[in-house]
Amino acid sequence: MRRRLAPYLLVLPGGVWLLLFFAVPMVTMLSLSLQQGDIVNGYVFTGHWQTYVDAISAYRTQLVRSLMYGGIATIVLIVVSFPVAYWIAFYGGRRKPTYLLLLLLPFFVSFVLRTISWRYILTDDGFVLGPLKDSGLVGASFHILGTPFAVIAGLVYNFLPFMVLPVYVALERIDPRVVEAARDLYASPATTFRKVIFPLALPGVFAGVLMTFVPASSDYVNSAVLGSSSTTMIGQVIQAQYLTNSDYPTASALSFTLMAVLLIGVFAYARALGTEDVMKVAAR
Amino acid sequence: MTQALEAPAESAAPAAGAVLQRRRLTGGRFLHIYTWLVIIWLVLPVLVMIAFGFNDTPGRYNQSWNGFTFKWYGRVFGIEALTEALIISLSVAIVTMLVAGALGTGIGYALGRYRFRGSGTVNLVMFATMSSPELVMGASLLTLFVSLGVGLGPVTIAIAHIMFSISFVAVVVRSRVLTLDRSIEEAAADLGANAWTTFWRITFPLILPAVGSGMMLAFALSVDDFVVTNFTAGTTTTFPLWIWGATRVGLPPQVNVMGTLIFMVGVLIAVLSSVRARHRRD
Repeated sequence: MRRRLAPYLLVLPGGVWLLLFFAVPMVTMLSLSLQQGDIVNGYVFTGHWQTYVDAISAYRTQLVRSLMYGGIATIVLIVVSFPVAYWIAFYGGRRKPTYLLLLLLPFFVSFVLRTISWRYILTDDGFVLGPLKDSGLVGASFHILGTPFAVIAGLVYNFLPFMVLPVYVALERIDPRVVEAARDLYASPATTFRKVIFPLALPGVFAGVLMTFVPASSDYVNSAVLGSSSTTMIGQVIQAQYLTNSDYPTASALSFTLMAVLLIGVFAYARALGTEDVMKVAAR
Repeated sequence: MTQALEAPAESAAPAAGAVLQRRRLTGGRFLHIYTWLVIIWLVLPVLVMIAFGFNDTPGRYNQSWNGFTFKWYGRVFGIEALTEALIISLSVAIVTMLVAGALGTGIGYALGRYRFRGSGTVNLVMFATMSSPELVMGASLLTLFVSLGVGLGPVTIAIAHIMFSISFVAVVVRSRVLTLDRSIEEAAADLGANAWTTFWRITFPLILPAVGSGMMLAFALSVDDFVVTNFTAGTTTTFPLWIWGATRVGLPPQVNVMGTLIFMVGVLIAVLSSVRARHRRD
């Protein structure tokens, strides 16, 4: 009897915490998005679906832009990270842990501080663009800050380890004998990569996509620090609606829409691949 | 493929092998350089941050180089609000580390050791907390606290941080429990130890490193968190929130100094623990 109860007793405290502060708030938010009223007089549940229609039509541009930036950043992340993960996994030798630590170094600095540091580097009269402009190599009106490029580059920069690590784990687990077998069977290096190495690395890439796409498309720090009003992402809108305008129903409707779009995608994606596998890769 | 069949395998193999070898080497060298370029790109903003902590800037405008100085290290706690924010951040992180460490270890141990009804749901909820946008978790907690009329402050920040850290601790502990060699525990039982003694003398010491790294992860997640904190802090200011607020008026060099010190401590802990892990393996 005690043995059968043991797992439940162990799960209970943490489970209750997650229920109270993860599940319940989601329900509260959903309910609030269907209420009407204001912060002074309180809110009444009216099942007002119109809030969703209004909010989505008002901020469709930002919503689509966020998903687009997130998607582009994720694709760039795969392209940038794969060779790094590949080199460390196959050529890193005894220095593998050192290289992984080097890749993680910047993440010992606060996320906000790191992003602001990029602003200092890329600013118009900073030490990169300043000399370039003085020497006339680039035009005086040229700038990087405030452009979609800066925002996407910031997203790629900030989420890089979440792509490199899962891909590295998947590549590292490949049995060298499988690769040798492909060579023995006269596969060219390109064919070996395409038919053996890449398919075996795919679970890692999938896990990396999961771990980068959601935070990248819902991010608002990069677009606020490195972007301009023409790169506003949905996260900034939601944050402003909650914390500046206190328009809770609209803000809740927008968050819920974002959550629904992202989570439906994530769960469909995870279901197709098996949650266990993804979690396993993510955990390492 | 056809080429391979036509040519006598014995004579073709070494030549092809040599070509392959050479190509592998140039490919490897190219990737080696590429990896280092990525590392430089990653580290560049950190170097800039560290450098500007030594900048002899006259005011708060710390964006152009005015000469080298150590003076900001002496005045690191010179801005009272910033020091206070750092203290709040560290206290919240310690509480998060302890509470999420305990709760997450419970879940992780149960999932790794027992098969029980509902474990699928627990996995699913953990997966949901780890993959939900931080923004939405923060926003929904804000709606909960607002509708309950709970005042926002360090307590609500800690509640939120514990919430998103539990799953990470649980995942780390679970993977350790799953790879545990059960025969050691069986040996203890065979030697007459009861379940309680076996757990505390054998199992717990074996999973302790995972509990430790889970707790360190929780600490790091908490200290660095901006998004969820921004929603649950109210008027309280943590270290990242203070930096965020100060961006418009310019960051004082003290921020660089604190960032540098936190960075150094983090790197030191990481290096020490990896050295210790290698030591143990050898």
